[in-house]
This record gives sequence, C-alpha cells and structure tokens, in this order.
Amino acid sequence: MTYSVRSATVRFGPAVALDDVTVEVPAGSVVAVVGGDGAGKSTLLRTLAGEISLDGGTVQAPPKQRLGYLPASSGSWAALTVTQNIDFVAGIYGLAGDELAARRAELLDRAALTPAAGRLAAQLSGGMRRKLGFVMAIVHRPDLLILDEPSTGVDPVSRIDLWRLASEAAASGAAVLMSTTYLDEAERAAHLVVLDGGRVLVQGSYDQVRAGFAGALTQADQPVRAEWSWRRGRVLHEYWPGGDPPAGTAIVAPDLEDIVIALSLARRNAMPS
Amino acid sequence: MTGVLLRAARVTRRFGAFTAVDDVSMGVHPGEVAGLLGANGAGKTTLIRMLLGLIPVTSGRVELLGGPPDRERRRRLGYVPQGLGLYGDLTVRENLSFSARAYGTAEPVLPPALTGYADVLVRELPLGAQRQVAFLAALAHSPDVLVLDEPTSGVDALARAALWDTIRAQAERGAGVLVTTHYMQEAQQCDRLLLMSDGRLVAEGSEADIIGSTTAVAVRTGDWAQAFAALNAAGAPVMLAGRAIRVANADPAELAGVLRAAGIEASLQPVPATIEERMLMLSRQARAS
Repeated sequence: MTYSVRSATVRFGPAVALDDVTVEVPAGSVVAVVGGDGAGKSTLLRTLAGEISLDGGTVQAPPKQRLGYLPASSGSWAALTVTQNIDFVAGIYGLAGDELAARRAELLDRAALTPAAGRLAAQLSGGMRRKLGFVMAIVHRPDLLILDEPSTGVDPVSRIDLWRLASEAAASGAAVLMSTTYLDEAERAAHLVVLDGGRVLVQGSYDQVRAGFAGALTQADQPVRAEWSWRRGRVLHEYWPGGDPPAGTAIVAPDLEDIVIALSLARRNAMPS
Repeated sequence: MTGVLLRAARVTRRFGAFTAVDDVSMGVHPGEVAGLLGANGAGKTTLIRMLLGLIPVTSGRVELLGGPPDRERRRRLGYVPQGLGLYGDLTVRENLSFSARAYGTAEPVLPPALTGYADVLVRELPLGAQRQVAFLAALAHSPDVLVLDEPTSGVDALARAALWDTIRAQAERGAGVLVTTHYMQEAQQCDRLLLMSDGRLVAEGSEADIIGSTTAVAVRTGDWAQAFAALNAAGAPVMLAGRAIRVANADPAELAGVLRAAGIEASLQPVPATIEERMLMLSRQARAS
C-alpha cells in the first residue's frame, strides 16, 4: 500500500501554503519532509492526516481509525500521567483490559518510559514528552503514521530513541511520514522531500538527491559572489549552478545541508526582486 | 582581550539530593566558538546559569571576564536564551531600542532582511526572523562573551547558515562564544567541543577527541527491516542511516552470529562512530549504572 498526495495545492487566503506538491509514502518505509519554518511541512502532514482539505489535487490516506498522528504541539495532556494519556487514547480505539495492559507495557518499554509511567506529562523532559506523544500515536498500530517534528529541540539520545521507534513502526509494515528541521537526520530516511516556500525543492533517496545535484561547489575564505555563498565552519562554500567555478578554487563534495542551501539560493536568486 | 573569558573551576551544583553539575572545570577563550553538548538533563543549562551568575554554585568557582559574574561584568556579556528573551507584544524596533537603552548603547541598524519588519510585532514574525532580532539585541553592545542556548533550533538551512555567519564574525573580532546545540552538523562548526553527561564533563576537544574509542559497525543487507528487528531484539544499540543499519561499539563477529541465527545474510564493516553514537553509549552506561 502506498499513501500519497498528488499535485496538492493548499491556500490560506492569499498565501499559497502548498503549491503542486506530489509525495508518496509507501508501507514499510520512512519518508522525511525537510524544510524551515513556513516551508509547508506541517500543511503537507495535516493534509494527509485529513485535517486540511485541498484546493487542488488528490490525497490518498487510510480512514481516521487506521491513522496515527503526532502534531507539532506536545500531543499529550499535561495534567494526565503517562499511563492515563496512553489509556485515554487507546480507549478511543476500543483497546481495553488485558490487551491494553500488554500493549501499554510493550510500548512503554520500547520508548524507555516504564520508570516514568506514573509521572504527569507536565513533569517529563522534552524528549520524554515527545516519546509519549509517539507512543500515543502508535498505540492502535496505524497503517499510516504521521509525525510532525518529533525531534525538534529533543536531545540526540532521545532523538535516537524516536528514530528507533519510527523505524520499528516501518519495519512492522506502517508507512511513516515525518517532518524535521535536522538535515543529518533526514539523510537516514529511505526517501526525503525538501520543501521551500510550499514547493518541492528536491526529493528522492539521499543517493538520488546527491546524484541529481547539478553544478559545482567550492570552498574559500572569501566569496567570489556573496549572494551565492554561505558559511560552513571557518570557511565559506559557494555554489556555481553552471558548474563553472574559476580555475584554481577548491571543489568540495556537497552534503545534504549544502545541497539544500544551494537549491534554496538558486530558487531565491532566480526570483524577480 | 587575552586569557580565559568564561571559566568554571571544579564547579558543583546540587538541588537537594540531586547533583546537577558535578565537579566541572572548563573555559572559553577569546576568538573561539566552544560547543556544549549533552542530553536533556546532562547539566548544560545549570552550568550556563552558574557561569552567567544567575544561580550560585554549591562548590567551586566561576569567573566571567576574570572575576565573579556580577552586574558590571555582565554588561559585557551577550546572551540569547532558548526562548529568545524578546517581548512579543513590542515591535522589532521597540525591542531593539529597549535592549540598547538597557546596555547604554546605540540602537542597531536593521539588516536588509529585517527592514520590512521594523514596525511588526515580534510575535507575528517567522521564527527565523525572531532569532535574527534576538541576535541583534544581544550583539548591539559588542559583547566580549556571547552565550547562545540552541541558537538555530527550528530554522531552515539557509537561515541557519546566516546565523552561523554572525556567530563566526563575533569570534573573529575576538569574542569568546559558548553555544549549546542538539544539532550534530552544527557541533562540527565549533572550534572545540565539550560533552556533558549526568552532570559531568566527560570529553573535551575536537570531534575525534569526543568520539574517542567508540566505534561502529555498518550492516548492509537486502532486507534492512528484518535485520533491524533481529539486532534490536538482541539488545544492540541499533541506528539507521538511510537503509543501512549501524550499531555502536559492537563486535562484528557477535552481530554476524545474531544475523546468522535469524537466517539473514549481511555484510558487516567497521566504520568511524558519530558524536551521536558516542552520546548513545554514554547514556546507556548511565542507565545501566
């Protein structure tokens, strides 16, 4: 099974939040949506979650009861304990008794939350709170799991836990769509979609994105064209879309961060100002 | 400016029975960007709050610009907290003139990217623009020491590169910068890294120094999902890189045994570990003890 949005367009008043976006999420894999604040990540996810209707295009998603959704907000109730939060959501899907107890114990263990089962959600660390939200989204074994920035502001150790949970969900057959601002994290996904200003800048596997990157990247202390350069550590990187850097400049192999910045610059520099 | 701008000497902080920072010594020098890493609860924020003089130490000594972090020395400090410390109900210009008055300095000139926002309420700005304003407010008085708590959380790659441009420019004019981050590519932009775990400073230096003796094994197989499930069930610290599986600090022979028992064919290759894998190993040690 593959879930998808095709040629999706979403407008909020005069603003175009999604502009002709096509993304597929096959069962058994993790698809990562990357982009900054305002790129359209949440809109794309909420479209698949059935929270926003399209102004154009089509969406194919499972019915609500087969869908798991972790919103960008915490996704749990601060005044309930970890156990109460899980039981409340499980109850909505008709999970009860021994079946619920077994499922809850399994998920708490996998998320390393067992010692915190009796704590109020308000008293959890940021990373633990996101893991609780994840557990609540997956309690009913959904076919499509949608995670809106599960790892923003979460420490690397909890991020690894979250990735393990997401890849376990994919390994057991779910289609997983997650958004992130962390590019190193997106490299791990089977398929990544880079959004910028509501449009797909590039998508594919990390290898495909790298292979499809046209032009050349150079490294220097001073830029030749400031509007095409950006800082990486102590040096500057500069993008040559035509693949024609001046002779003698050091060529570097781009990573995903470089590719995303170069493509964003190409798009911005092409716009009439 | 020479010497150490920001220093902790055997600093400990307890909250009741809980030791948040345990015997930490560190320093930040002029012209360098030091990156402070660690899991939530590792003690990073408590250490920063002591260095800034916001909470007292239980034992040990902190120094800001060669003396106690008092009001006078704090005038030469720039600090951008995680919550940015701006007034959402004031405009960009009002926020900047407030902080300029507080530090007794001239109001900063808005960069081209922000000129259109001068009279917009800060809470109505995109997050990336809010961060730029917070930076402007913290930098207007050319501080000697700059402390940034998660400076680029949630912003896009281009805005992040622009903020790092600003951070490096501060170091180049001689300021000492201390940055906390959860973003490993950002950690690689720092001159020196400090890694905290359970209140202690456990490693210090370059990325290679931080990773130390931690190793990893890359597992390549036709069916990654099956291999992942088998290794995870065996208790191995499994990670995913695309469809390749990575296991930190593992014995390749042992992993091969687990995979063989599950009827999975795979190739195993030792690879350099990442900072994240080093942190994962530390936290597993802490959980076990």
